Amino acid sequence: MFSETIELRGHIIDSLILPKVLDEILRAGGNFKIREIKIGERRADQSYARIEVSGPTHETLDELVLRLRQHGAEITEKVDVQLAPAPADGVFPADFYVTTNQQTFITLDGKEIEVHPAIMDSGITVDREAGRATAVKFYEVRKGMKIVAGHQGIRVAPIQRSTARTDVFEFMSNVSVEQPKSAMIREMAREFKRTRDGKGKILVVAGPAVVHTGAAEHLEGLIQWGYVDLLFAGNALAVHDIENALFGTSLGVNLGRADLADQGHENHMRAINAIREAGGIARAVETGLLQRGIMCSCVRHGVEFVLAGSIRDDGPLPDVITDAIEAQKAMREKISGVSIALMMGTMLHSMAVENLLPASVKTVCVDINADVVNRLTDRGTFQTVGLVTDIEAFLRELTDCLSNLDGATTSERRQK
Amino acid sequence: MRELLLCPPDHYGIEYEINPWMSRARGAEAALAQKQWKDLHATLSKLDCKIELITPQPKLPDMVFTANAGLAVGKKFIPSNFRHKERADEAPHFAHWMEEHGYQVARLPNDYYFEGEGDALFAGDALFCGYKFRSDIKSHRAVAEMLGCLVISVELVDPRFYHLDTCFCPLPDGAAVWFPAAFDEYGQRAIREHMKELVDVVPEEAMHFSCNAIVLERDIVLPEGAPKLVTRLRDRGYRCHELPMTEFLKAGGACKCLTMFMPQRDSAME
Repeated sequence: MFSETIELRGHIIDSLILPKVLDEILRAGGNFKIREIKIGERRADQSYARIEVSGPTHETLDELVLRLRQHGAEITEKVDVQLAPAPADGVFPADFYVTTNQQTFITLDGKEIEVHPAIMDSGITVDREAGRATAVKFYEVRKGMKIVAGHQGIRVAPIQRSTARTDVFEFMSNVSVEQPKSAMIREMAREFKRTRDGKGKILVVAGPAVVHTGAAEHLEGLIQWGYVDLLFAGNALAVHDIENALFGTSLGVNLGRADLADQGHENHMRAINAIREAGGIARAVETGLLQRGIMCSCVRHGVEFVLAGSIRDDGPLPDVITDAIEAQKAMREKISGVSIALMMGTMLHSMAVENLLPASVKTVCVDINADVVNRLTDRGTFQTVGLVTDIEAFLRELTDCLSNLDGATTSERRQK
Repeated sequence: MRELLLCPPDHYGIEYEINPWMSRARGAEAALAQKQWKDLHATLSKLDCKIELITPQPKLPDMVFTANAGLAVGKKFIPSNFRHKERADEAPHFAHWMEEHGYQVARLPNDYYFEGEGDALFAGDALFCGYKFRSDIKSHRAVAEMLGCLVISVELVDPRFYHLDTCFCPLPDGAAVWFPAAFDEYGQRAIREHMKELVDVVPEEAMHFSCNAIVLERDIVLPEGAPKLVTRLRDRGYRCHELPMTEFLKAGGACKCLTMFMPQRDSAME
């Protein structure tokens, strides 16, 4: 959304100029925020209103503001951002502006520029000649880089909640075990289908619980049907998925029979070893060592994945990025274009990903633990749906809904 | 006794087209215009008005419409800033005349359009001001500051009724005659909220500029062609004086446009 701040002065209440201006903004598809209002006390006193007007494009906003000027609206002068040089590599100037995950604009030489990407907990660097503003992380800061300081000249355009119920992401963001889950999952499935058939990308962030609960086959289904564009996970998801593919167990438990396999605790170590020996997951698929499972499906269907390591990892698998900064960079590079993020059974990974996502991305958080879902949904994204439920039950229902939506095509695909 | 400023129509004619009524091809008949203006002058004189005349100037045909000279309140005179360059040169003549006649001239910033009493009429404790076609709303704010009164700004939406005095006429009994369709819905609401009573003019009578009337206590001087309105006004106890105004209607003006009150009010606060 692009915006201008206008001022109205005069007998704007008695003349109904204020309601007229506000109505005109809404009629033009714009939005407003009354930043300041002073109502005259005596009859002859004039009133004052400062209103931030926003519109979907520069053109609609310009046309709108032009019309509002007829009713006496005056545009307030825009103040430029303040810039300060970075004192050293990896260090922001003292008063640096810290970004949110909302769409952000800065005013530079009187003009508004959008900051890209919309990512939280970053600074903003400015390239005056190119008219570009970029959100940067510590490791990207170079000595002398011009960094936005203070709060002047910065405008954050929060995602507007529409009053009309448009989709599940806008009307069901509260977290409770007492939710009409089937109805919500049906709505979600429609959104997934719209995204798959349209322009957006679907990101899945998954913990090993997906495998432990026996839901791997459902996730494989999603991958096969084209519902996953990107997978972010840790070492464990891949390890247990491969353990399951090679030995039929997850953490030593026979997934088919729900009992402990003999010497099953060794299986995940043997799985890691096999992949290390093969030279990585893709290689293991190529050689025929790995013939099923989530990771195998990713390789076969060209779904990119980033496996980020952690301090407690066994192995890890050769595909795992063990440098946290490098892993973050890899995720940032791939995240552009994502419009739905499905996060299941992993709190820390999900948080890390949420820190990278713009607020406009619709997110679904699924966990059996209500605290985890609460922590994830309460992070400032407006379009988050949290579901407190078992992952296997959730994925089974989601895949059923998608297969119903897709009809015969999906059923056929599923049999492949 | 009310004092009015008039300008003889010696140089009056349709020499340009700045509103939908004007057509150079059709023109105004000079002799008939003189006669209609003289009838107006005579009627007003009989109604015990003191009439002042400003010398008409060549090449300023619309100077005859003195309502657009400016707005006089007490001894203060706010001269017009005409929107159209065709009329802009009238302003200094009027300002000079008013100054010579003891008025303190208070000027608006040059880039604020304001067309005087044509767009500014007192009713009750408010000054109603029209905007969009001629005056702009910025000028209303400035006028409100100069006079220290409540200004109700109303948007005019029909280009045929381009000045407030072509579609709104306050009466001394607290009511007003108006043609609602000349205003946008907010303007209509604002007027309804501030007026005790409103007398609607039907479209065919509004087209004869029947709202463009000079109200002198119980006497109302208005153009011919509004029998329904005249009946309603008589029912309210007014004496109506209907005058032919055909030649001035060709320029988009009638009785009220041809006069300016000196002053419209003694004080901005009633």
